[in-house]
Amino acid sequence: MSAPVILEASKLARYYSVSRGAFKPAATVRALAEASFTLEAGKTLAVVGESGCGKSTLARLVTMIEEPSAGQLVIGGIDIVGADKTALRKLRTEVQIVFQNPYGSLNPRQKIFDALAEPLIINRKEMNALQRKSAVLDMLKRVGLSPEHADRYPHMFSGGQRQRIAIARALMLKPRILVLDEPVSALDVSVQAQVLNLLVELQESLGLSYLFISHGLSVVRHMADEILVMYLGRVVERAPREKLFEQPMHPYTQALLSATPMADPERQRERIRLKGELPSPFNPPKGCAFHPRCPLAFDKCRVDRPELRFHGETEVACWAVERDNRVS
Amino acid sequence: MPLLEISELSVDFKTGSGQFRAVDGVSLTVDRGEILAIVGESGSGKSVAMLAVMGLLPWTATVTAKTLAFDGRDLLTLSPRERRKLVGKDMAMIFQEPMSSLNPCFTVGYQIGESLKVHLGLTKSERRQRSIELLNAVGIPDPERRLSAFPHQLSGGMSQRVMIAMALACRPKLIIADEPTTALDVTIQAQILELLVSLQRETDTGLVLITHDMGVVAETAERVSVHYAGQKIEEQPVGPLFSDPHHPYTAALLAALPERAKGKHLPSIPGVVPGQFDRPPACLFEPRCRFATDRCRTKVPPRQGAIAGFALCHYPLTHGRPIGHPNPEGREVAA
Repeated sequence: MSAPVILEASKLARYYSVSRGAFKPAATVRALAEASFTLEAGKTLAVVGESGCGKSTLARLVTMIEEPSAGQLVIGGIDIVGADKTALRKLRTEVQIVFQNPYGSLNPRQKIFDALAEPLIINRKEMNALQRKSAVLDMLKRVGLSPEHADRYPHMFSGGQRQRIAIARALMLKPRILVLDEPVSALDVSVQAQVLNLLVELQESLGLSYLFISHGLSVVRHMADEILVMYLGRVVERAPREKLFEQPMHPYTQALLSATPMADPERQRERIRLKGELPSPFNPPKGCAFHPRCPLAFDKCRVDRPELRFHGETEVACWAVERDNRVS
Repeated sequence: MPLLEISELSVDFKTGSGQFRAVDGVSLTVDRGEILAIVGESGSGKSVAMLAVMGLLPWTATVTAKTLAFDGRDLLTLSPRERRKLVGKDMAMIFQEPMSSLNPCFTVGYQIGESLKVHLGLTKSERRQRSIELLNAVGIPDPERRLSAFPHQLSGGMSQRVMIAMALACRPKLIIADEPTTALDVTIQAQILELLVSLQRETDTGLVLITHDMGVVAETAERVSVHYAGQKIEEQPVGPLFSDPHHPYTAALLAALPERAKGKHLPSIPGVVPGQFDRPPACLFEPRCRFATDRCRTKVPPRQGAIAGFALCHYPLTHGRPIGHPNPEGREVAA
């Protein structure tokens, strides 16, 4: 029943060393401390978390913009750590990315045609100009733009149209995996719906796998098959969509769900209040990184770090969940 | 008498390519102790209308209105000197980007103290005491130490708390919050909204909440005014607005929310908000509206009564069906 796995990450990590001035030693930030997950062909895996949880770092690793500091990343059966240059070159065309801000991710001095043709010129040297032209025009049609848009510059488009262009550009090399880094959070609601519809259509017609990164839970609920919740560089919960929304297990997921405003004034709910803010990633708390803000924290959480364990279909890293499951 | 009364407010900007009307005949009232939400997409003129009330628009803007009154005083004829006495004291504003609205060169204590000094003439020690009180009220831990912190030392949520403390400093009668939580994470957003509402309840101030997030509206507002392309197109209490929107735009906007979707396909609104050069002659929403008829293209829509949510529409909806429409099913519009 499950589709073939197209991407597998195990204990993926990325550290940055940050200079803190002339007289202090450089510090290491574990932007992504440890993440393991798999992405199945034709499915959508959503990554949710607040700023600083490492979700954008994850996107940069998966697209091979940066190399992991530790861990394994296998894409299409090839481990990218230790792969040779030609293999990497080929892999890079299989994973493409759409960035958050369509106002910043398109070159203002490049016509749309050139922006879309550029990946072909570099990676598909066997194509001639005519073939490139027809490929670009085809793609424009596919994302709901018309051929005359090809000769225009990015500033002549609205936000939603620019995001369509960014999606078209990412799809030019016929990738199998598309990383969507907050693709609709810069757009208005009415336009957001258009872009989400386009993404759903493209996934169905091209059989794409999406790594969908977002902080908006309602968008994720609409798009995802499976969801990873991240906190401070670690995965705290992984669950199929319905499971996560109906029965969130990790206290952070529960708090995130209860804090997300829902467009329903009738909804009665008790809000789980999280005290304080995200701790500094320079100096993450000992034990479970969430314990200073966690309503369920007990002694063990302050000392030992919980690992991801299966509880039914859900994988969750929490001592309180483990304790309660053992009792019941 | 309402605390803030706006009627027929219009704001025009001089641009290189002619006049542009950003706010078009907006009328609003806000009472003491009330939360009014102004919702709209970008370009709907929601921020500009409130900046006009505060007198914070640049010289390229022309503000015209039939009435623009705050607490019984006419804001249109107010001299700049008198206006400065009012702004920051009786009405205060909280801006969207807390990180860029605080002055990076001065400490938090100095910036909160500024308005206390100018408007209330407190002495240095009184200012310090009141600042500590304010930081406590907005939930900043260890306020004595934070007074000497610079904005870059604070997180986004903390900066927004400082902004709220500054707005509350002189016990204003009206607070205008312009997208106060858009730049923040959801768990912090929940904290800040809860704080704003509880402070508003305690002090009985009027609160205008400008936002584009329907979720935030549903959870905080009492009355909602929906704006589109500079016009107010509907106004209703929050419950009825979500259960029975009367303007087709409001209905379409709510239907486009992913959390209200029934299938994988979202009912989206085709097209985009009209700009300076493609403003339709009559109803501004007509090119995107599934119920648009020839009448909508030629005759400016009337303002409906309270029962139809003051909708600016020829065929206001009741329970999703347009009243008096020749073809109540509407047409299919391609996205």
